[in-house]
Amino acid sequence: MTALLRCGERAVLAETAGLAEAMDLHARLAAARLPGVEELVPAARTVLIRFDPSRTSPDVLAAALDTLPAASGREVSGDLVEIPVTYDGADLAEVAELTGLTPAEVAARHAAAEYTVAFCGFSPGFGYLTGGDPALDVPRLATPRTKVPAGSVAIAEAFTGVYPRELPGGWRILGTTTAVLWDLDRDPPGLLVPGTRVRFG
Amino acid sequence: MIEVLAPGPLATVQDLGRAGYAQLGVGRSGAADRRSHALANRIAGNRPTAATVELTLGGFTARFAADAVLALAGAPVPATAGDRVVPLHEPVRIRAGEVLRIRSPRDGLRTYLAVRGGIGGPKVLGSRSADLLAGIVPVPVRRGSVLAVDTEAAADPRAEQGEALPAELVLRILPGPRDGWFGPGAVPGLCADPYEVGRDSNRVGLRLSGRRLDRARPGELPPEGMVPGALQVPPDGQPVLFLADHPVTGGYPVIAVVAEDSLALAAQARPGRAIRFML
Repeated sequence: MTALLRCGERAVLAETAGLAEAMDLHARLAAARLPGVEELVPAARTVLIRFDPSRTSPDVLAAALDTLPAASGREVSGDLVEIPVTYDGADLAEVAELTGLTPAEVAARHAAAEYTVAFCGFSPGFGYLTGGDPALDVPRLATPRTKVPAGSVAIAEAFTGVYPRELPGGWRILGTTTAVLWDLDRDPPGLLVPGTRVRFG
Repeated sequence: MIEVLAPGPLATVQDLGRAGYAQLGVGRSGAADRRSHALANRIAGNRPTAATVELTLGGFTARFAADAVLALAGAPVPATAGDRVVPLHEPVRIRAGEVLRIRSPRDGLRTYLAVRGGIGGPKVLGSRSADLLAGIVPVPVRRGSVLAVDTEAAADPRAEQGEALPAELVLRILPGPRDGWFGPGAVPGLCADPYEVGRDSNRVGLRLSGRRLDRARPGELPPEGMVPGALQVPPDGQPVLFLADHPVTGGYPVIAVVAEDSLALAAQARPGRAIRFML
């Protein structure tokens, strides 16, 4: 049985072994369109399932999860977006220290990888990007900043993210982009939607 | 049309919000106290999907350009339409050119102004709700703003009984999803003594101060989906109760979730108010 954690009266949290499993479960749930399921929120190691309690229940969902058909196997390969970055971030030197690299090497390694948007959250247009160089896996700041400027390109725990607007945040800032991440006059408004491939440089 | 002469401390247009955009990182938003919002709509004879004006601590003044029927629900406020008193929970006729004047509530925080037909104006991602975390404000309510009135009434206006705000705000909780991150005494501890609502509370959440909730395990929680009513516990051990404009994902463990029928009360808790949790 898939373990489901209760999350109030209208949601359960399905835990998975990791990000790939969470993305897979999300794809299967989205394809299955289970009765009473209203919204899915995929994240790093979980999928939040919001449901209508008059139409389904955690027990029914748990049973249904165990019999979900496998995902179609079609790899979702989204558009490639190039995001220009100036590697002048406030935390570049500290990330270099934490990783034993020079600041120039940190920038080069960050720019060398091709990323994929795994999921969005935190704030509209904020994508959690995977696929980065494993050497750049650093923890969040011990004390988050109350203001991180819009366009900050930052890393934390093997993810890269770009701040769509000025927000509080605890990720380590490597650089700055002029790309517009969120624009309500655009369809979709977010530049980075799940599946989008991303290159920095 | 309604011309806003004074919006008060914070006035926003709200409906039931925008579901289905979590993938873009956009939360549901919508009226913070959905029960009072729905009640105001019913009294005005509106559809459940109609938009209202959510007033924070009253202080709202507006001139109506045309005859209208309005209704107030939520935090009880002294109000007048022209020279007539507007009681809570009763449909009231206001005539073209008259001014609606809403003063400050004695208790509670949010009053909902429904106008028969619903508040009009543009929608963003299917909703007129202002999401202050996301910075999405389809219909601004500022001094000088002109609000359109829709023509989508569903039924005849009629008075209804509303519930008075209780002297003690007691919110029912359901433990989890991350109660396992805390010691066995944490959930009983959460329910033992009242918490005080902080001044920096808003539509995103109530910042609470009271008994410290200590984690039993170290490490960081990867970001995961959040729900309205979630009691998220940052490292300082003081819980934050998420309201309508909460972020789609969060990275601190949620010890418990406030039950839906208690969430309307949470949205009426003004800074300084004590709230208590019960299982």
